[in-house]
Amino acid sequence: MSEGIIYWLQQALNALQLGSIYALIALGYTMVYGILTMINFAHGDVFMIGAFFCFLLSSTLNLTFVPTLLLTMIGTAILGVLIERLAYKPLRQAPRVSAIITALGVGMFLENFTLALAPYPKHIPMLLENVTWNFYGITLSSIQLVIISLSLGLMLLLDYIVQRTTIGMAMRAISWDKTFVPLMGIPVDFIISITFAIGAGLAGAAGTMYALAYPVIDPYMGIMVGWKAFICAVVGGIGNIRGAMAGAFILGTVEIMVVAFFPSTFRDFVAFTLLMVLIMVRPYGILGKPRIQKV
Amino acid sequence: MTILIANKVGHQFGGLCAVNDFNLKLHYGDLMGVIGPNGAGKTTLFNLITGVYKASEGSILFKGIEIVGKKPNQIAALRIGRTFQNIRLFRDLSVLDNVRIAHHSQTSYNVLEGLLHCGRYAREEQRIIDNSLRLLAIFNLSHLANETAKNLPYGLQRRLEIARALAISPELLLLDEPAAGMNPFEIDELMGLIQSIRKEFQLTILLIEHQMKLVMGICERIHVLDFGETLAVGSPEMIQNNPKVMEAYLGAIPS
Amino acid sequence: MMVLLKQRWDALLESAWLVPLLLVIGFGLAFAIPEYHLLSVYIQLILMYIGINIILATSLNLVNGYMGEFSLAHAGFMAVGAYTSVLLTMKVFPVADFPFLFPCAVLIGGLVAALLGMIVAIPSFKVRGDYLAIITLAFLMIVKSMIENIDAIGGPRGMSGIMKLTTLPWVFFWATTLLWMIRNFIYSKYGRGVLAIREDEIASDLMSVNTQQVKFFAFMLSSFCAGIAGALFAHLLQFISPRIFDITKSTDILIMVYLGGIASIGGSILGATIFTVLLEILRPSTMAALLSWLPPFIFTPLNDYVISHLGIWRMVIMPLILILVMLYWPRGIMGLREFRGFIPRRDKQVHPHNFLHEATNNDNSDRQ
Repeated sequence: MSEGIIYWLQQALNALQLGSIYALIALGYTMVYGILTMINFAHGDVFMIGAFFCFLLSSTLNLTFVPTLLLTMIGTAILGVLIERLAYKPLRQAPRVSAIITALGVGMFLENFTLALAPYPKHIPMLLENVTWNFYGITLSSIQLVIISLSLGLMLLLDYIVQRTTIGMAMRAISWDKTFVPLMGIPVDFIISITFAIGAGLAGAAGTMYALAYPVIDPYMGIMVGWKAFICAVVGGIGNIRGAMAGAFILGTVEIMVVAFFPSTFRDFVAFTLLMVLIMVRPYGILGKPRIQKV
Repeated sequence: MTILIANKVGHQFGGLCAVNDFNLKLHYGDLMGVIGPNGAGKTTLFNLITGVYKASEGSILFKGIEIVGKKPNQIAALRIGRTFQNIRLFRDLSVLDNVRIAHHSQTSYNVLEGLLHCGRYAREEQRIIDNSLRLLAIFNLSHLANETAKNLPYGLQRRLEIARALAISPELLLLDEPAAGMNPFEIDELMGLIQSIRKEFQLTILLIEHQMKLVMGICERIHVLDFGETLAVGSPEMIQNNPKVMEAYLGAIPS
Repeated sequence: MMVLLKQRWDALLESAWLVPLLLVIGFGLAFAIPEYHLLSVYIQLILMYIGINIILATSLNLVNGYMGEFSLAHAGFMAVGAYTSVLLTMKVFPVADFPFLFPCAVLIGGLVAALLGMIVAIPSFKVRGDYLAIITLAFLMIVKSMIENIDAIGGPRGMSGIMKLTTLPWVFFWATTLLWMIRNFIYSKYGRGVLAIREDEIASDLMSVNTQQVKFFAFMLSSFCAGIAGALFAHLLQFISPRIFDITKSTDILIMVYLGGIASIGGSILGATIFTVLLEILRPSTMAALLSWLPPFIFTPLNDYVISHLGIWRMVIMPLILILVMLYWPRGIMGLREFRGFIPRRDKQVHPHNFLHEATNNDNSDRQ
């Protein structure tokens, strides 16, 4: 194969890896928005906490990859439910802006609390043996393989839960109408907690995988990645789960392409310009549907 | 003298045809009712006239000016006032401010005078306050001027909406189900009110209503819509005896 | 006795000369304090920060409180004002010889920021709420990223060696002028248009409010003030870099606005003051100085960990305060109320009740 094609395939693989991590986080944003029409700005920091859980479990308890991943997901899921119960639930009837600001506050709290406890960046021990395979000049590492396959698996599982199970049906019902769904016997609070648990659990998985791929972590790592994942959710049409996945792979591809052509400092610039233009042209995202305003 | 001419107006939502081939001629001083079953396109018609939706076909001339394609505030500034089927007051603002806001297009000071509170600002503001209080007095709302709009009882909210619509000094007033949710006594009161403001402000009125008592009681002409199509136009007596209208309202009459 | 005092107090707040008198006293003090060293340099510095933060909070309140949108872009406008004015004072204007050029530089900084405010105003015609919040965020990130990529203005390293031109009288002058303008704007047809847009945009459009024009002016005024605050800030700190104007700066201003109370100028003044003072008190050195009267056996262990680590913990405490305020006091200290001295006489007459003019009197659960 020619050099060019190999180069592009390699870049596509990198884009897939980045997109998978974005997708896992974007799902949390989009699920919470779908069900509560609220932007959970603390979600990026839940992802960061996930990476720190992963660090704690692997360095102090010397756990291997699979238990680390599972325990991290459980840990962040509990954190997500706690945040929802303590900070967001009391505000469910309040003006929307209060909830957004509280979410920003929770995010800042998580960042700075972690910073207070862990002032220096941490190095994650090697959780997986890093083997690389070479197909016709394209390198694929075991870490890349794990990240991509695991996130695709989790996404398929989530799609199954939302589309095929009773809980998923309840979630979709609540996102449709919050006033009358409780009258149908659906436990709204429980379903909302489940949504937060799933979203945060996925963010925990993303944190673990991010730590695998980029083993130096710090308390502020969640901010930028969180915003980017949020862009993915919006690009795909916020509230739309398949849209979030699509948006994540689009942004992953765009970012990898920008870095391939321009200095890497342009990456954020392009990502956010893309977001701004897209919102103006198609405010409801790629897969979202426009809402008609009733008079 | 015609004030409003709608010529072959049509509008679709997606594939659904909400209004089709709608023709209307309103003369100065007319009081016309628009009736029809739910979903007949009555409110859509109001939204087309006031510019909330842009008519996909046809033209609407108001005082000889084409208003299809104009923005709602431009159309309002040409002096078409309206109320809403489901009350849309500025709920958290005071009753007085609700009325003051509707003076926007007739306030002649510019943004610099507004920023510096100089020039025409003081005179204009005083005029607006005076006019607003006068309107509230007409609707017996003066004593509630500082009350928050959402705290008013339902009937008063309806009246405040009309007062607010009058604040843009309309020549054409569109009333969207003004009697909805009112008891017969309140409807009588409302009929008197509509008649009196019509005289005092020399209004042309177009109103949507389901309460036959009100429609038959005050409207001079009635326009019947069903599924976006015009069924009949005429005086109340003619409409009451029109078999097509009866069919639309009561179902097919077995023959 | 108490009743009499209360009456006197109300009459005092009612009187037409109260605010002008306070202004004259304030201006006199603003000149006198640095001239005769009435207060320490440190306190003067805090006073100047309070003034700048008041401008920022009030102007953000115009968009976030009065209009009910959620803008995160304020730090971006600040950055634009700061960089523009710094470039002017460092490269273009011979400020050392002609000190009157400094206010010109500040003004131009504000005007350039206002120009960019239009970029945020235009999408606000089409999108609202969460999506507009995202656009403002994207705007902030784009501004920051652009500054980082222009090497001529220092790129990510920023610019240092800025002259210290911001003085107490200047801060006082700009703060009062801008506050006066914002207040005038709010109590004009445009301000009422802004409120109407918050309540119901379609209805206000149908009631002849030119919503696009109103939004345009509101965003431009808000960003103009932010630009001026940024310019003053830059010439006080004497160092600017893109990192100073990132999302945390916007969040700080948001905290001031929502702590003080939405849709209230008095609230923003209060919020900015409390926030600035609180941040200073929570500084390790200030705290150590404040608590030094404690007996050594309490002070020493306290100082060893708590006070010396306060720098980090105050960043934990601030968001906690924000969350608690939102949970138990969702509209802030003066939410939707106004200090009567700020209300024009004409509007006061038609709102003749209590000294804190209540725009509304019970909570609104159903508003967005």
